[in-house]
Amino acid sequence: MQNDRYELNKQLAQMLKGGVIMDVTTAEQAKIAEAAGACAVMALERIPADIRAAGGVSRMSDPKLIKEIQAAVSIPVMAKVRIGHFVEAQILEALEIDYIDESEVLSPADDKYHIDKTKFNVPFVCGCRDLGEALRRIQEGASMLRTKGEPGTGDIVQAVRHIRMIESEIRRLSSMREDELYQAAKEWMVPYELVKKVHDAGRLPVVNFAAGGVATPADAALMMQLGAEGVFVGSGIFKSGDPAKRAAAIVKAVTNYHDPKILAAISEDLGDAMVGINEGEIDILMAERGK
Amino acid sequence: MLIGILALQGAFLEHAKMLDRLGVPHYEIRNLGTLRPMDGLILPGGESTTMGKLLRDEGLFEPLRDLIKNGLPVFATCAGLILLAKKIDNDARSYFATMNVDVVRNAYGRQLGSFRTEAPMDGIGTIPMVFIRAPYVARTNGTSRVLATVDGHIVAVREGNQLGTAFHPELSENLSVHRYFIEIIKHNLQ
Repeated sequence: MQNDRYELNKQLAQMLKGGVIMDVTTAEQAKIAEAAGACAVMALERIPADIRAAGGVSRMSDPKLIKEIQAAVSIPVMAKVRIGHFVEAQILEALEIDYIDESEVLSPADDKYHIDKTKFNVPFVCGCRDLGEALRRIQEGASMLRTKGEPGTGDIVQAVRHIRMIESEIRRLSSMREDELYQAAKEWMVPYELVKKVHDAGRLPVVNFAAGGVATPADAALMMQLGAEGVFVGSGIFKSGDPAKRAAAIVKAVTNYHDPKILAAISEDLGDAMVGINEGEIDILMAERGK
Repeated sequence: MLIGILALQGAFLEHAKMLDRLGVPHYEIRNLGTLRPMDGLILPGGESTTMGKLLRDEGLFEPLRDLIKNGLPVFATCAGLILLAKKIDNDARSYFATMNVDVVRNAYGRQLGSFRTEAPMDGIGTIPMVFIRAPYVARTNGTSRVLATVDGHIVAVREGNQLGTAFHPELSENLSVHRYFIEIIKHNLQ
């Protein structure tokens, strides 16, 4: 992969900042998401809550569905591949997808290796729970990150845990003496150069969004105040009572995340939120997939 | 001098950093309550459909359009240029429609079509140009004029105090397009 291409891929993520990326399962939902102000859509066959309910193996979406969604909207279209499934990624690249999400939401195809994302021209976004995971994904070629959270639950607790962990580890790294960085690199199992880069800049070298469990405008604003640069919403929208209205409210919440008066106004009368499941009530912790 | 940066969605922080390097004060416009008098306006890159919707929802659309119509200097990059264009060839929507140009959205295709190049811009010289899912200008009308072309497509335009680029000067280290905009503001203030 040319260096230019990696820069361009990181830069597309910069253009998505301050926005909401919404999971959609049909062209019609994609249009609703775009009209509500989504900055991109994630095309998939089933939203995480339904993947969770259905059980079994979940895989990359049918290319036909992805093409229909690409034809329906003008905003960027993303799609998911299973962790380690580089052939699914080759297929999505052939479809000229705008971003590939190597995602723990789908069943992992490889329990040891992630995709070597440096071999692709299309950009990748990956989930992470801590700074070590974040930097390992960047080293493998991810040009954007997101918290894993716990998809399909409507429970924000894990996403909060992950963004707090990442942010606090960056603060700790920034305050280290230079001779301590070698040990930090060892602990996080990442190259020294990457650790040094984060130490010097005081931030990740790629854009980091929140994902996994966002169900309300307040959830979205919480993640932004904790340091996320934008938000993915999966089941939270199309599993709620009034998807179009809730989607538009979450978009506004991400723009006005530090204005409680606006947040109060847009949180009003949104209809039923997705029911949600507490993390203690679920059998499969998707965030445990791919470390 | 104070520049307002539209901060509804997209790469507004990148413009703020460029202005910081030039020592020019700026502020973020997120909703009607945050709108203050300013000497210049920046419309950043991002998604034009997202920004267009939020402009209307936040009540910012008409006040900003009137300011631009009345000669407020404005610098628009990528999605920002789409907001200024009078007509979008491949989209029924239009937004401020204050600049007499027709643009093509996502003119280079999807992300695989994004690229970086160097080309000359009128009054500035050769500069790096980063195109991300970029539009280009299909034609200039009225008093709008071409400032730069790449491979035969128009990528920078000016009409009065309005400056638009299909590329992202804020994603390079080169400050010259921002300096050019500051000169437009200075000239306007005199």
